[in-house]
Formats: sequence, C-alpha cells, structure tokens
Amino acid sequence: MMRLLLTRLGQAALVCWSVGTLSFILMQLLPGNMAFRVAAGRYGYDNVNLAAAQAVEAELGLDRPIWEQYLDWLLNLMQFNFGQSLVSSLPVAHELLHYLEHSLMLAFSAMLLALLLALPIGIYAAIRENGWFDRASLILSVLLRAQPVFMVGLVLLLIFSLHLRWLPVAGFDGPRFLILPAISLALVLAALSSRVMRHAGVEVIHSAFFQFARIKGLSFSQSLIRHGVRNAALPVVAFLGIQLVTLMEGIVMIESLFSWPGLGHGLAHAVFNRDVPMIQGAAISLGLLFVGLNLGVDVACHLIDPRGRGDL
Amino acid sequence: MKPLAMKTSQKMGAGLLLLLLSFAVLEGLFNTGSAHLQRLDQAFALPSLQEPLGTDQYGRSLLARMGAALRLSLLLSLTSVLTSATLGVVLGVIAGWWQGWIDRLLSFVLNTLLALPGLVLILLLAGLAPGSLLMLYLAISLVLWVEYFRVVRAITRTQAQSSALQASRLLGFGRGYCFRRHIWPALVSPVLTLAAFGAANAILALAALGFVSVGVRPPTAELGLMMVELFPYYSDAPWVLAQPIMAVFCLVLSLNLLAGKRT
Repeated sequence: MMRLLLTRLGQAALVCWSVGTLSFILMQLLPGNMAFRVAAGRYGYDNVNLAAAQAVEAELGLDRPIWEQYLDWLLNLMQFNFGQSLVSSLPVAHELLHYLEHSLMLAFSAMLLALLLALPIGIYAAIRENGWFDRASLILSVLLRAQPVFMVGLVLLLIFSLHLRWLPVAGFDGPRFLILPAISLALVLAALSSRVMRHAGVEVIHSAFFQFARIKGLSFSQSLIRHGVRNAALPVVAFLGIQLVTLMEGIVMIESLFSWPGLGHGLAHAVFNRDVPMIQGAAISLGLLFVGLNLGVDVACHLIDPRGRGDL
Repeated sequence: MKPLAMKTSQKMGAGLLLLLLSFAVLEGLFNTGSAHLQRLDQAFALPSLQEPLGTDQYGRSLLARMGAALRLSLLLSLTSVLTSATLGVVLGVIAGWWQGWIDRLLSFVLNTLLALPGLVLILLLAGLAPGSLLMLYLAISLVLWVEYFRVVRAITRTQAQSSALQASRLLGFGRGYCFRRHIWPALVSPVLTLAAFGAANAILALAALGFVSVGVRPPTAELGLMMVELFPYYSDAPWVLAQPIMAVFCLVLSLNLLAGKRT
C-alpha cells in the first residue's frame, strides 16, 4: 500500500516536472523578445522603448543564463505559482479552480451515468450469454467505439439541441447544460465497460466456485450476489484504470465540442492561443487529476481483493 | 493458431480497409482534380458524373479532398505505427532480457509518459510547433510506443526465463538466434493486434486534433478539420458532412475488426 502511494506520488511529481519543462521550452519558443512583450503588456504598446524593456529585463532577471531561468521557473511551479494568463492577464490559478470544478462535475456525472448504463447491460448480457441481447450489445459497442468521441456528442447535439430544441447547445448556465455532454461521454465509456462487465460475469458464472454454490442449492440470484459480484467487480474496477485514459481524452474532446468551461476546453483553447501559463496550468491539473483518479482505482482494487495485499 | 488464420470479422475488417486503401491510392493516381482548387460558383454541387462526391462550401472537389484526407490519415497512422512498434519492440526486448539499470531507466521514462493522458501530451507537443505534421507524427508515436513496450517487455521476461530458451543458451546459441527462435514467435501476434489498435488510435487522434483546431491547418484536407469546416452547413448539405464522418468511422471500424479480440 505504501509503495503504491509512493509510485503515484512520484508520478504526480513527474507530471509537474515534465509539463513544466515543456512549458518552459514553449515559452522560449514564443515569437518576439520576452522583455519587450512583458513591457508592452505593462505600459501599453505605444509606450514601449528600449529603456522600459531593459528595466523589465533587469527586474525579472531575463538577462540571466537560461538554466537559472529554468530553475526559477520550476521553483515557481513548486510553489503552485502558475503566473498570469497571457491572454486575459488574470491569475491562472483562479481560472483553473473554476475549470477544475466543472471538469470534475462532468467527469463524475459521466462515470455515474456510464455505470448505470453498463452495469445492467453487462450483467444481463453475461446471464444470457450469446443470446440476442448479448449480440446486440456487442454490435452497438463496436459501432460506438469506431467513432471519435466528439462524433457521439455531435450526433446528440444535432438531434436534441438543433432539431428537437429540447436542450441547450453549449456553454454552462445550469444543470440542463450538463445533460448532453455527460450522456455523450457516458455512452462512450459504457460501450467498452459493458463488454468488460459481460466478460467478467461470464467468467464468474463458469467458474468452479459459482457452480459449487449452485450445486449446493443456492438459487442463481443468491449465488450471483454472494459469490459473483465481488469476484466480477475486480476486473471491472481494474479496467476502470485503463478507461480513465478514455475519460480524460473524452473530457478534452467533449468539453471543446460543448464549450464546457472545464480543463480540457481550457487546454485546447490555450494551445490554440499559445497562452503558455494557461497551457501549463491546465495540463498539470489534468495530469494530477489523472494520477489522483488512478490512485483511487488502485485503492479500490486493494480493498476488493485481499489476495494481492501481501506483496504490495 | 497460425498467425494468418483469420476470423470472419477480421476478414471483413481487412476487406473494408483494402477498399479504403485502394480508393485513396487510385484517386491519387488517376484523378486529376485538385484538392485546393476553389470554384465558388459551384459550391455544394450535387454529386454528378463530373464530381461523383459533390463539392464543398468553396466548390472544391470532394473526391479529391477525400482522397487526400484518406491518404494523409493512412500515411500518418502507418508511419507512426511503424515507428512506435519498432521502438517499443526493440526497447521492450532489451528491457525484458537484459533487465538491470536499463530496465529501470526505461520504466522511469514509461512512468513519466503514463502520468499524462495521451491526448493531453499530444496537445502539449502540438503546441510546440503549431500546424506541423512532423510534430503530430512524433507526438503520436511517442504516445503509442508505450503499449508495445509494456507488452513486449512482459512477454520477453517470461520467455527469457523459460527452460527452452535457457537450454538454447546453454547449448551455446547466441542471443540473435534465441531471439528469432524463442522470443519473436511469441511477440508477433500481440504486436500485430496492438498495431491495428494503434493505427486506429492514430487516426482518431489526428481527427480529434483537427476537430479542436490544433492539428494541421486549413486548407489541408484532413478528416477532423473537414468535419469542423462542414458542420455549419449540416442542414444545407448533409451528404457533404457525412463523407468525412463515414470515412473516419469506416477506417476505425475496419482496423478494430482487423485487430480482433483485445489481448
């Protein structure tokens, strides 16, 4: 357990370092002279002259060797000092909090919805193995998985927002705005996890301990609840860890599509605008969120399955 | 099971992929139309003998644009899969067989890459050089090789400890022979499966980046970019919007079918 925690902590540190380094390189690659740019931001474009630029350079230490600036950059990062957005010149940390809140809202409602969809579908498909329902859910899942994530959202948007006009198209101004993004993301997640649940369920039903429970005289539903659920849950929860990648990528795409004020949308926008502090902040937040959720999955696996505890 | 024995669904996938591939290649060879030539008086022309797929909002030939976009997607996915598979297999075998410090070093790199979701890393790298196809290729390869490395390393580790390989080594056979005889046969099938999934992921990533306007720049014909450009006209010309969507769908479906069951 301790080792697990340490690994994830190490990963979190690696996220900060790698994103910070990439952002520093990005900052150096921005066109134009940094001192002049900052001076223009402070005094207005008409009041910039060499003296002002040199004053800024001396004040911010832009004339120091590059590695010193790099260390300084990382040091700032370690204090969670993300700086100011190059576009809106608001502090990045403030905007990030706002984004994070909305991203978490979207992520958790999508995961909950996906669970509500995948659980009954997966279990029923496992009970009626190779029946028509099983096949139908397989075909549906294959078709859904062959779409880019944003395609699912786009189709829902066309039907429910533009044609039926039941739901708002984009943005965020109340719970009604959550419905479409959450459903699109949930559909994509459920397409895969329902199959994993089905496989886990089939495996458990065919296992010796399940057969024994049946022979012992327990009814099918009793065996499923007493012996099936916990054993089937392990691969499903472990798979959640893999699916987190889909979730994070889905967040980036779906948020961009629905202009959802979250981290993914913020990141895509910042990359488009070359707003480096914002890129760095959003990418680090997404990375930390990812590592954090992974840790949650690890802990859940640990709690469900006592067998691996000895060697962790 | 022989490596080339395919299930029906895999054959269907291969057939569909071949169809798309031949369209992309034949269009490039025989169609003289340009993907960039605008004829504003012929915007949204219905499919005809001259323009079998119709034209887009600037009157550009969709046949030429779809061909170019398919070639771009296929070429990018092919090169990034080749690069990442080579890198992943070579490093995976080295890490799994030699182990020691090189294994630890590569695992460190792996952990760094895995700490960020793939698309976020691709977005970051795409930000380094906006609109550069080379950067997209490098970024996608960098994200994809991780899968090969993990699988190949695990298989190599078990193979290296197998008694068959130990016996070969004791009989004096070199590492090269042992690799060909014992390790490579165990790797082929999972690596091919991963390659098919990887190609599908590369196509999806390119389309996704085009869709959030971070990938290649207009007027390049690229499937995700075409979707964004054509979306505003969805009610005027749905058949035009449907084309890039169907193309991505068929590409990914064919590759997923070809990959068969997830290993």
